[in-house]
Amino acid sequence: MRIDLEPRPKASRTREIVAPVAALLVAILIGGLVVKLLGKPPLQAFRVYFIDPLTEGWSLQELAVKASPLVLIAVGLSFCFRANLWNIGAEGQFIAGGLFGGWLGIVTHGGSGGAWILPAMLLLGALGGLLYAMLPAVLKIWLGVSEILTSLMLVYVAQLGLDYMVRGPWRDPMGFNFPVTVNFDADATLPLLVEGGRLHAGVAVTLAVLAVAALVLSRTLFGFEVRLVGDAPKAARFAGFSDRRLTVTVFAISGACAGLAGISEVAGQIGQLQPSISPGYGFTAITVAFLGRLSPFGILIAGLVLALTYIGGEAAQVALKLPLDMTMAFQGILLMCVLGADVFTRYRIRLVGRSG
Amino acid sequence: MSPETIELVLISVVTAATPLILAAIGELVVERAGVLNLGVEGMMIVGAAIGFAAAYTTDSTLLGALAGMAAGVLLSAIFAILAVFMATNQVATGLALTILGVGLSGLAGAAFVGLKRDGATALDLPGLSHLPYVGKLIFGEDLFVYCAVGLVAAVGYFLSRTRLGLTLRAVGDNHASAHALGVSVRRVRLIAVLFGGGCAGLAGAYLSLAYTPFWSPGMTAGRGWIALALVVFSSWKPWRCLAGAILFGGATTLQLHAQAFGFPVPAQFMSALPYLATIVALVLLSILDRRGTAAPAALGQPFVPDR
Repeated sequence: MRIDLEPRPKASRTREIVAPVAALLVAILIGGLVVKLLGKPPLQAFRVYFIDPLTEGWSLQELAVKASPLVLIAVGLSFCFRANLWNIGAEGQFIAGGLFGGWLGIVTHGGSGGAWILPAMLLLGALGGLLYAMLPAVLKIWLGVSEILTSLMLVYVAQLGLDYMVRGPWRDPMGFNFPVTVNFDADATLPLLVEGGRLHAGVAVTLAVLAVAALVLSRTLFGFEVRLVGDAPKAARFAGFSDRRLTVTVFAISGACAGLAGISEVAGQIGQLQPSISPGYGFTAITVAFLGRLSPFGILIAGLVLALTYIGGEAAQVALKLPLDMTMAFQGILLMCVLGADVFTRYRIRLVGRSG
Repeated sequence: MSPETIELVLISVVTAATPLILAAIGELVVERAGVLNLGVEGMMIVGAAIGFAAAYTTDSTLLGALAGMAAGVLLSAIFAILAVFMATNQVATGLALTILGVGLSGLAGAAFVGLKRDGATALDLPGLSHLPYVGKLIFGEDLFVYCAVGLVAAVGYFLSRTRLGLTLRAVGDNHASAHALGVSVRRVRLIAVLFGGGCAGLAGAYLSLAYTPFWSPGMTAGRGWIALALVVFSSWKPWRCLAGAILFGGATTLQLHAQAFGFPVPAQFMSALPYLATIVALVLLSILDRRGTAAPAALGQPFVPDR
């Protein structure tokens, strides 16, 4: 038997919407199988993972708070992936953003405060992520070093750097020897959007960035360039678009978004720096970007879906004693299904017998 | 340093290099066939978890190593179905494999955290293994080490001296021409990918059976990614791959010994050394190698036969 791929003459809007939905359903089925193999009830796991978090007010807020960094990072990554550039180190840029912005939160601790602190922190965070993303970008355009490997290596370096800072120079002297920094002052913390709730202003920042990204992609020459380079690299070169400038720009965008997500997490959810500030958001965002078919609206939906797996994963750990690794395994399965389903939108797939 | 200390340091360099050699030589074959499988880290860590689980349950290092290999082959088969037969994007599919592998390893290894067993037995040749200074280094390593060196030799011979090796390189350099000559491009790539998966699984099993004889989550610590960098660093040549792995093994060992000698450098900086060294190595390589890349010409490009 043989698998034949016949290119489809033109793209179909319906198929492009159906494909990710079908991928999600298949991934849930496979995930259920894994849960069954682990000796747990798959139906109950499905409810804990995907239904329960949607039924209560607090968990809906939690959903938005968890989706926010995923969407923000994924929107930035979508620029890279569209241009066929592989920044897979968003996790490191996220941490760099947290470190840069967090620095201001630490040095203004116990000071006179001021309304300028928070915006300055967010800017510094974006700058930190941007600068950290420049390393792989510059090495790529100057020396042709694979951006995949350098950006990934820098994730480990950033994690160790954060670990060093919070255990060493930035440790809270009054923190009973815990490896954490001081708690940021109110002026260095993102305000809550709902009194007594979880929803903080970082979610609004994400939505604003998402709107801008949608406009840039659909309405500007730069957006056109990014789409063209991905779809028809030869045509883009003939049109005189510069590979190098584009590489630097999309890395800057994705780095800044990841950095902004990092500082929003630090100044919003956490309120201080600690040895770990991300449960792998930078990697999950890659799945979010592809599940959302690299489009801003799709990414918003996909971000909510994957945020659900984080909350559900935590609940399943308590309710069903399912290890947290299940969430990660599911994310891998989902990304594979999304990529597989994508083939059906571009090709007609035929299974041909030996004779054929 | 006394000769004995030097021998001990060299032995730890070899042990640190072995998992890198195993994973990198497998990925080298995969890339020579034109496929970029970024899932090495994922296959490796599943190999480590399954390898330890199997070895612990059966009390046999050999069965553990085989189980680790089998796990790597299975995972790489998923990759092959998607990337080779369905022509999905190889970078994204490989990443998915790594994410899946890290998750699965946690699930499979959960019951084995904190358990210990004896490490792999070392070679013991009467007379030779107990020679002063060099005996243990050359004749007294564990069997994985000899297996890794043998694999490099075999792959080197296969790629440059056999007809099948030539076919594999043709597929990696120009899949359309290979297809026109009647080579089954996708079958060659499938076999290459499965071989790479087996090697990565074995590399992982080495970590949990010989390097540190226990399983702990995340124990590969980016070695799969370093192996990928090694393939680039070696310019896709097997023996250079071996040399590169020993250099990296050296960097890792340096990190451990520098701490022992009490250098006043933060531990986190020492831990970051292998990753920084990888970046520096890639940079140096591209500065020195100005003639352009030696990468297989069709690397990363999916092949869709036009019947």
